[in-house]
Amino acid sequence: MSAWHERRAHEIAGAVRTGAVSAVEVTRAFLERIDAVDGEVNAYTEVWRAEAEARAAAIDAKRDRGEALGALAGVPVALKALLCTTEGTTDCSSRMLKGFRSPYDATVVRRLRDADAVLPGKVNMDEFAMGSSTENSAIKKTRNPWNLDCVPGGSSGGSAASVAADECAFALGSDTGGSIRQPAALCGCVGVKPTYGRVSRYGLVAFASSLDQIGPLTKDVEDAALALNIICGRDPMDATSAAVPVPDFTASLTGEVKGLRIGLPKEYFTSQLGSEMREKVERAIAVLEEQGAETVEVSLPHTDHGVAVYYIISPAEASANLARFDGVRYGFRHPDAETVDDLYVLTKSDGFGTEVQRRIMLGTYVLSSGYYDAYYLKAQKVRALIRQDFDRAFAQCDVLVTPTSPTPAFRFGEKTDDPLEMYLSDIYTISANLAAIPGISVPCGLTSAGLPAGLQIMARHFDEATMLRVAHCYEQHRGFDPGKPPIARGAA
Amino acid sequence: MSRITEKDVDYVAGLARLRLDEEARARLVREMDAILGYMDKLNELNTEGVEPMMHALEMTNVFRDDVVGESMPRDLALETAPQHDGAYFIVPPIMDPEES
Amino acid sequence: MEYEAVIGMEVHVELDTRSKVFCACSTDFHAEPNTNVCPICLGMPGTLPMLNREVVNKSVAVGLALNCTIARWSKMDRKNYFYPDLPKNYQISQYDLPLCHGGYLDIETEGGTRRIGITRAHMEEDPARNVHGMMGGGSGVDFNRSGVPLLEIVTEPDFRSAQQVYDYLAELKQILLYLGASDCNMEEGSLRAEANISVRPKGSERLGTKTEVKNVASFTQTMRAVEYEIKRQIRVLSEGGTIVQETRGWDAEKGISFSQRKKESAHDYRYFPEPDLAPVVVDEAWERRVRDALPELPAARRKRFREAHGLSAYDARVITATRGMADYFEAVVRVGADPKKAANWMMGDLQALCTETRVEVDACAVCPEDLAAMIGLIENGTISGKIAKEVLAAMFETGKHPKEIVEEKGLVQISDSSELEGIVQQVLDANPNQVEQFRSGKDQVKGYLMGQVMKASRGKANPKLASQILEKALRA
Ligand SMILES: [Mg+2]
Ligand SMILES: [Zn+2]
Repeated sequence: MSAWHERRAHEIAGAVRTGAVSAVEVTRAFLERIDAVDGEVNAYTEVWRAEAEARAAAIDAKRDRGEALGALAGVPVALKALLCTTEGTTDCSSRMLKGFRSPYDATVVRRLRDADAVLPGKVNMDEFAMGSSTENSAIKKTRNPWNLDCVPGGSSGGSAASVAADECAFALGSDTGGSIRQPAALCGCVGVKPTYGRVSRYGLVAFASSLDQIGPLTKDVEDAALALNIICGRDPMDATSAAVPVPDFTASLTGEVKGLRIGLPKEYFTSQLGSEMREKVERAIAVLEEQGAETVEVSLPHTDHGVAVYYIISPAEASANLARFDGVRYGFRHPDAETVDDLYVLTKSDGFGTEVQRRIMLGTYVLSSGYYDAYYLKAQKVRALIRQDFDRAFAQCDVLVTPTSPTPAFRFGEKTDDPLEMYLSDIYTISANLAAIPGISVPCGLTSAGLPAGLQIMARHFDEATMLRVAHCYEQHRGFDPGKPPIARGAA
Repeated sequence: MSRITEKDVDYVAGLARLRLDEEARARLVREMDAILGYMDKLNELNTEGVEPMMHALEMTNVFRDDVVGESMPRDLALETAPQHDGAYFIVPPIMDPEES
Repeated sequence: MEYEAVIGMEVHVELDTRSKVFCACSTDFHAEPNTNVCPICLGMPGTLPMLNREVVNKSVAVGLALNCTIARWSKMDRKNYFYPDLPKNYQISQYDLPLCHGGYLDIETEGGTRRIGITRAHMEEDPARNVHGMMGGGSGVDFNRSGVPLLEIVTEPDFRSAQQVYDYLAELKQILLYLGASDCNMEEGSLRAEANISVRPKGSERLGTKTEVKNVASFTQTMRAVEYEIKRQIRVLSEGGTIVQETRGWDAEKGISFSQRKKESAHDYRYFPEPDLAPVVVDEAWERRVRDALPELPAARRKRFREAHGLSAYDARVITATRGMADYFEAVVRVGADPKKAANWMMGDLQALCTETRVEVDACAVCPEDLAAMIGLIENGTISGKIAKEVLAAMFETGKHPKEIVEEKGLVQISDSSELEGIVQQVLDANPNQVEQFRSGKDQVKGYLMGQVMKASRGKANPKLASQILEKALRA
């Protein structure tokens, strides 16, 4: 039998609930695992050892008293460093918030606690979620467990790496333009960006408010469904969280895709897609066809404009969202500030890293007097066109299947010199955020270099159930075991 | 011709309250020019009559009731402040007029 | 050259809600600094705003009272600027699609009625409050006010004088009070007026360069500041100078305005739609609900009081000063009191008693029915007008019915002829000289003798009857 840290979340929760294992035992297994491998992976920015053990003991005590345990009983869940917690710090991997202790818990964190999850700590990310490689963290450099010379992807790189290296049962991340799905693909795990409005953003430190969405990174689709069951649902603290009923996602995993129509957007299968990635995706599509799904070619004609729209809207919103970091109420304050103007200028210039400053500059520019219509308003209009593309496509099919990322994990420093090139690596994931629809990435094989590839499935608004069903069916029938990264095979 | 000049970058940095050294300023002129040049792609598209998508979802009228809930203890509010006197958040002297 | 002033007003009104506009903190003004705060109104990372429905209700009510069109679809926007009182360094406000627009308010002012165009009224959040001269010479920030709901009401440049500005503010304040939309307490900053002032040669159509005068503590001071600024601009222009577009403060003690110029770039607010809040849709049904619940507004009430109750314009204005006072008046009239007499008593003795004890007329111990009863006692001759003053004072103090007081104190008017004849005879006996003077043709002495009769009866003599008896006795 495999060690507890290798188990899926649903197995752990089942075992803890029945008393087959104690939450403390599970938690210790994960803490030992973190001790063993995190020195190399560097996924965690802080580990809450004592708190996690105390919490696990409380869960065991609850069971001993004969009380029913929650759906995540004793399951260790790692949190991206931008989710507010009263435990530990919430630093967004930025110098600006180093040591910041949130006075409140994010709604998702509260929901995890209510479901009896254990929280082992915070994991690394690109500073304020801006990046696709986690290299923009001001705290540390997280490595890809599949190849320590490669990035884990980003911005939820710490979340993906911690899941891949078995340092948690699953992790929460956030996805603004692919920041859950892309690192999940690059680290060989499952990552879900739910429909915008599905999960409360209250307590998620905002990057781009109209695009951000919290979601799970897990070891399989069943765990993703389990996690979504807990974190989805309307929250009176978030005016953009939708009052749409949340189905039992676990129950939607029927293994059946017969008669479902799978749309293949032709704009995603152009020459930009490397032949090796293309071959993996095509093989995955064949698996679904074998299971009785029909495929249909569809067109998302504005795909090519997604990156431009995204890199106008997201920095614009970010420029306002990050204005609050001014050294008045919390966070870093430059010690030399003698006037109010100095307070802002010195604090921001020193507190924010290069990429964050670049996006603030871009966002400020596109909103500034004289440029709003040409950039921001234009982008909002094209965003509407992109959304219409999806509406039309979903009139022809139930889900869309595409690659998640044009390339597998790349080496450190490979793309840091050219921000535009880094931005262009988001082409396949950005559109789901712009259209507000859900997307999932599922592992679909390893490249010849031994790096994971990801298959993306997108669905209609609030139809995560169908999306998960297709992903789960594929996972059941893909005919290979994605296996464990070298570090998880005991190399450490 | 470069669409972004040093003057533009300085103006935007002023709005954003960022101080740029020589190197950063030159780099940003270059990068913003390239990125905004890429945005020109959008001008290929005719968007006449297209309603801008201002919100991710088409929800309207999401309200809370006018009910007073609990506020924070002051100590907790001030705890994270870089400078406070036990009652107020303290900042360097403010001289400009206020607005609202 | 003759100049003409062109003035537009921007008024920020704190709406009178229990909780703040985007969080559940109390709006109580009197709390200790930074005690009505939470992660949301402190702009903590990760927090989100949630719009208070009552803010929309109250804003729509004000908009309707100002004859505005209510936007079927409106949205919130972010106004970006850096200031230590602004927790997010952007203010949630409304930019291109305000909730209310295109209205007007008719004001009674010098030279008759004047129609002031209302450009717009939009919802926004109040910033925090700064206090200066804290430890180490720094400033302090109190976030209690952060997130108190504001309605910003902007007029067209329709004012030509400081008096018109004053009359507008007074009328606006009265409407807001009638609606219960704001307590309009200027000392507490619930109502803050800013004037945009320019001057131009009379007859010119072009607008001159404007200055903005803000942070003025009262309507009277606003009027003085506007007057001063008009004169200053005319002086600058007549001396060949130019007006600088700027914000000016008002020094009430010195009676001068002074420059508070700001940096140019501060005005590039980079407005964009607030992604954290859903648009507000006020459909016809919602608008009708608010309209149906509107009280009768001051102007309509003044008109009705003149027409239906025969009050003078002046009396109608005083009686409708507050909604409570006007309601009180109507209650007095409803039970049968003469409207003019009711108004006189309310504006006279009752108001004096209320002012002295700092209580509102509608909250004093004299209920409208009792005031009407008291007026009835005068009319039916039970008490004299003079005695009534004493009765009212006792009613005000004890809350007792006037009849009870009259009986307790034995204040019933003496209307018995034989009793009055006796009193008159006493007076005549005691004043033989005056009687002599009267009889020798000095008519005015009668007034003195009448006074003596009232005095001897301790004010209770029925004046009409007593006068007749005195006359008869003197002529006898
Ligand atoms: Mg305003
Ligand atoms: Zn609050």
